[in-house]
Amino acid sequence: MYAFTYHRPKSVADAVSLLGQFEDPKLLGGGQTLLPTLKQRLARPSDLIDLGQIPELQGIREEAGGLTVGAFTRHAEVAHSDVVKRVIPALASLAEGIGDRQVRNMGTLGGSICNADPSADYPAAVVALKATVRTDRREIAGDDFFTGMFETALEPGEIVTAVHFQKPDKAAYAKFRNPASRYAIVGVFVAVFGSEVRVAVTGAGPSVFRADDMETALSQDFRADALNGASVSAAGLNADIHASADYRAHLVRVMARRAVEACG
Amino acid sequence: MANPNGIGAPVRRREDARFLTGRGTYTDDINRPGQTHAVFVRSPYAHARITGIDATEAMQAPGVVAVLTGADMETDKVGSLPCGWQIHSKDGSPMKEPPHFPIARDRARYVGDAVAVVIAETREQAKDAAELVMVNYEELPAAVTSLKALEGGAPLVHDDVGGNLCFDWHLGDAAAVDAAFSQAAHVAKIDLINQRLIPNAMEPRAALGEYDRATGEHTLTTTSQNPHVIRLLMGAFVLGIPEHKLRVVAPDVGGGFGSKIFHYGEEAVVTWAAKKIGRPVKWTAERSESFLTDAHGRDHVSHAELAMDRDGNFLALRVSTVANMGAYLSTFAPSIPTYLYATLLAGQYKTPAIYAEVKAVFTNTVPVDAYRGAGRPEACYLIERLVEVAAAETGIDKTELRRRNFVPASAMPYQTPVALQYDTGDFAKNLDIALPLVDYDGFAARKAESARRGKLRGIGFATYIEACGIAPSNVAGALGARAGLYESAEVRFHPTGSVTVFTGSHSHGQGHETTFAQLVSERFGVPIENVEIVHGDTSKIPFGMGTYGSRSLAVGGSAIVKAMDKVERKAKKIAAHMLEAAEADIEAKDGRFVVAGTDKALTIGDIALQAYVPHNFPLDELEPGLDEQAFYDPKNFTYPNGCHVCEVEIDPDTGVVQVVSFAAVDDFGRVINPLIVEGQVHGGLVQGIGQALYENCVYDEESGQLITGSYMDYCMPRADDVPSFTVRYHEDQPCTHNPLGVKGCGEAGTIGASAAVMNAVVHALSEYGVTHLDMPATPERVWQAIRRHTPAQAAE
Ligand SMILES: Cc1cc2nc3c(=O)[nH]c(=O)nc-3n(C[C@H](O)[C@H](O)[C@H](O)COP(=O)(O)OP(=O)(O)OC[C@H]3O[C@@H](n4cnc5c(N)ncnc54)[C@H](O)[C@@H]3O)c2cc1C
Repeated sequence: MYAFTYHRPKSVADAVSLLGQFEDPKLLGGGQTLLPTLKQRLARPSDLIDLGQIPELQGIREEAGGLTVGAFTRHAEVAHSDVVKRVIPALASLAEGIGDRQVRNMGTLGGSICNADPSADYPAAVVALKATVRTDRREIAGDDFFTGMFETALEPGEIVTAVHFQKPDKAAYAKFRNPASRYAIVGVFVAVFGSEVRVAVTGAGPSVFRADDMETALSQDFRADALNGASVSAAGLNADIHASADYRAHLVRVMARRAVEACG
Repeated sequence: MANPNGIGAPVRRREDARFLTGRGTYTDDINRPGQTHAVFVRSPYAHARITGIDATEAMQAPGVVAVLTGADMETDKVGSLPCGWQIHSKDGSPMKEPPHFPIARDRARYVGDAVAVVIAETREQAKDAAELVMVNYEELPAAVTSLKALEGGAPLVHDDVGGNLCFDWHLGDAAAVDAAFSQAAHVAKIDLINQRLIPNAMEPRAALGEYDRATGEHTLTTTSQNPHVIRLLMGAFVLGIPEHKLRVVAPDVGGGFGSKIFHYGEEAVVTWAAKKIGRPVKWTAERSESFLTDAHGRDHVSHAELAMDRDGNFLALRVSTVANMGAYLSTFAPSIPTYLYATLLAGQYKTPAIYAEVKAVFTNTVPVDAYRGAGRPEACYLIERLVEVAAAETGIDKTELRRRNFVPASAMPYQTPVALQYDTGDFAKNLDIALPLVDYDGFAARKAESARRGKLRGIGFATYIEACGIAPSNVAGALGARAGLYESAEVRFHPTGSVTVFTGSHSHGQGHETTFAQLVSERFGVPIENVEIVHGDTSKIPFGMGTYGSRSLAVGGSAIVKAMDKVERKAKKIAAHMLEAAEADIEAKDGRFVVAGTDKALTIGDIALQAYVPHNFPLDELEPGLDEQAFYDPKNFTYPNGCHVCEVEIDPDTGVVQVVSFAAVDDFGRVINPLIVEGQVHGGLVQGIGQALYENCVYDEESGQLITGSYMDYCMPRADDVPSFTVRYHEDQPCTHNPLGVKGCGEAGTIGASAAVMNAVVHALSEYGVTHLDMPATPERVWQAIRRHTPAQAAE
């Protein structure tokens, strides 16, 4: 790790003003991605601005029939929250399946979506649950937030403050995890809003995407077997030592089926 | 009255309180006044010429004390890291043994090869400065996999090692094997890869060098499984320090699995540098460095054929293996794919003729050497996969085929066609115990039940035998070892009756402080709390060979017994004198020394006191003191053996394999501490399951970059990946040639497990016509195998 100056603002306004003061500042969420990067000397920020002491970024509440989750909410809090379990149980179970206990106790929703790792779980929920990402300056539709591998619609210095998830009629998340890291090799979030079905796929591609064919098939007939004809092309999917593009394409279908079955 | 802490008692490990509460003292916990910190500059290329090193800027960085290179070591006449075993090729020529300098001189040969060391006041300063060392590299093409390195025109890892061939060795009677094959009714064949593994000891390697100008003494504290071996190799061959001026200490060591046997360059660098700069120098590997620089394990590519008669009797076995040595020869590397591998190819079977050929190859990867099991898991995996293929092809039940070919207990001692002589073993008995344990007969019903849930199910067996208790020095010497492989012990009774045992064995997780103390408690009736086991410091213990190859109890424990025999003889003399009886009339039992037929008796405590307060000793006949030393050189290897049975369930939709049950029936000879034995078996099984399903060291085949350089990609088995194990052992085939009758248990789990798991996986997939799958059986590999064998899906 290279030396840096550490700051712990007490409000979003203070964080924003700190961001403006330094040469190369970086926001610190749960540190699960940022700290290993620093330890390996792959980044050299001048200042770290810890978001952990800002009350506005904390907490989970029911809002407009859905859920608003503060950016600094740890994965474990989401997983164990009674409100989440009641309003969108699929979101709690997604959080419970992230990494391992240590990671869940530190990692945050904001850090996860801002990092936009192609194999992270939350992006699937953000897209499938028609979420709105709130920042210090605006609201961004979940569909527009993830723009590419490790890329988001955020402007430099923009701070995510919360994410609002809409409450679906039913929803489920099925994940095929990487046995080593336990990130998603493929994760499929299926959510039903009236006649609309959303199928968001993470892990498989450079960034989360919606499986159009599957959505169409399921909106006509919400049964796992309706997916028999629908598939995701392997072209453009990720490939690494753990899974080829072909295998990922296959897993998308298997996980989609499982998610539909889990919706009951 | 049974001793609650004697032989056979499940005594809880005495060392665990220290380890579990963070009070162990590991190398990195030790800090010395004036200590500096070393950080290595390592090659980012698999193969590159080093055309220049400019340390000017680094030397000016804050806190930097020195930047040293291979050229500095050359000036100081620092030698090459020696290899402890010499193999000769078929044609009689010695193996190629290119130099292996602690810091590379003109060429880097693997990603992570050290090219310079920066020494600074703090670790962070050393790291900062290491980035400022300007190394000019001229990148060269790399030879990464063993097979490609053997191809004509492959880049040469060492210019003077043509074809990258270190040696081309063989064992067995080729003519007899050819003759048997020409008679065979059936020949089963297999091609398999025993993939490369990264050891991953919990404690990373570390080394602390010190030099005392006043006495001229060097001290190296290091994460080693065998401090005396390091002292000998480093002192005599690398740094030229006489042994009486070199102390090597291996304090608490957190796991080794073989990777801490070897003498590594960093040890020599800190020892040398400490004198050069006149201050202690410490180096501790970061985890990424461990991945890149700890000696790796396995990495074999093999073809094997088994000839059988009409009834499935094995007639002959022919094996050809290519073994990857990495860029340089690590300390025991050449012995692993030869004398610890090919000699085990008889397995538990009476195959009359065996011929094995092994080519060892240099590649631009980190050196490969012993890793838990070392050669024996490779042998077991090959034989047991081949036997299952043979069973499938001949239609003979796999347990029956094995039973038919077992060396019968009545044939012991049994001379194999590949140099070893098994002393004891009842292989059919292991199987007899295992079959009801796993309800073999109920398998079909369980399979049907799995099928109802859409799952595939398979059951796999592995019978293994290993040569442990390494090793009779005369045999090892005849086979090319450049060292003896005895063990040492000293048993010192103190005046008040407590005991310190100094052992040449080294515990880095095995629980010697408990097991060895049980031996003393049993023999002399001393409470276990009054026995201290000391290991790991060359200034305290007699010359010892350390711990690896499941040798500590069989060889180190036997040395303790031998020293206790001497103590007892001396104690009898003292008792005879004190009780005014003839020495021949003194009987020793449980620490009491009795004049036969009388009630005159003394305890060992009374005797110890007299030994040190010899007011009226007949000094011509009786020396004061009760402190004896012994060296034990085994007469043969020991042969732990067993039968492992694994059952797996596979999800055909995803290819995920789940181990649903695992039973291990082992013959370790006599068991001193069943709790520790069970722990060793559990750990070994998890490691073997890890190889079968998860672990895989992957280098990029072109660039030679390590792709699995962290736990994000290198998959270690975890507690929730394995089932609750069923572990049994029997003790009625004790080793015949050591005083305890013990065989060793440290590697057994790892040796049997991989084969048992893979046999189960292939069995589950057999309904698709799959006959073999290479390890690890990752979900994708399993899914691809299913897809290849499913016509409808393959067309898709
Ligand atoms: C071993 C391991 C396993 C994991 N497994 C999984 C898994 O299975 N599934 C999964 O989804 N994830 C997984 N993760 C990721 C983890 O859960 C975290 O979500 C992730 O590391 C980032 O979150 P963080 O809060 O730690 O952010 P940090 O590491 O602190 O920050 C990440 C990035 O986001 C920025 N940032 C943080 N908060 C904000 C904010 N409010 N506004 C703007 N920018 C911000 C930071 O500046 C930084 O660039 C794993 C991580 C590890 C180490």
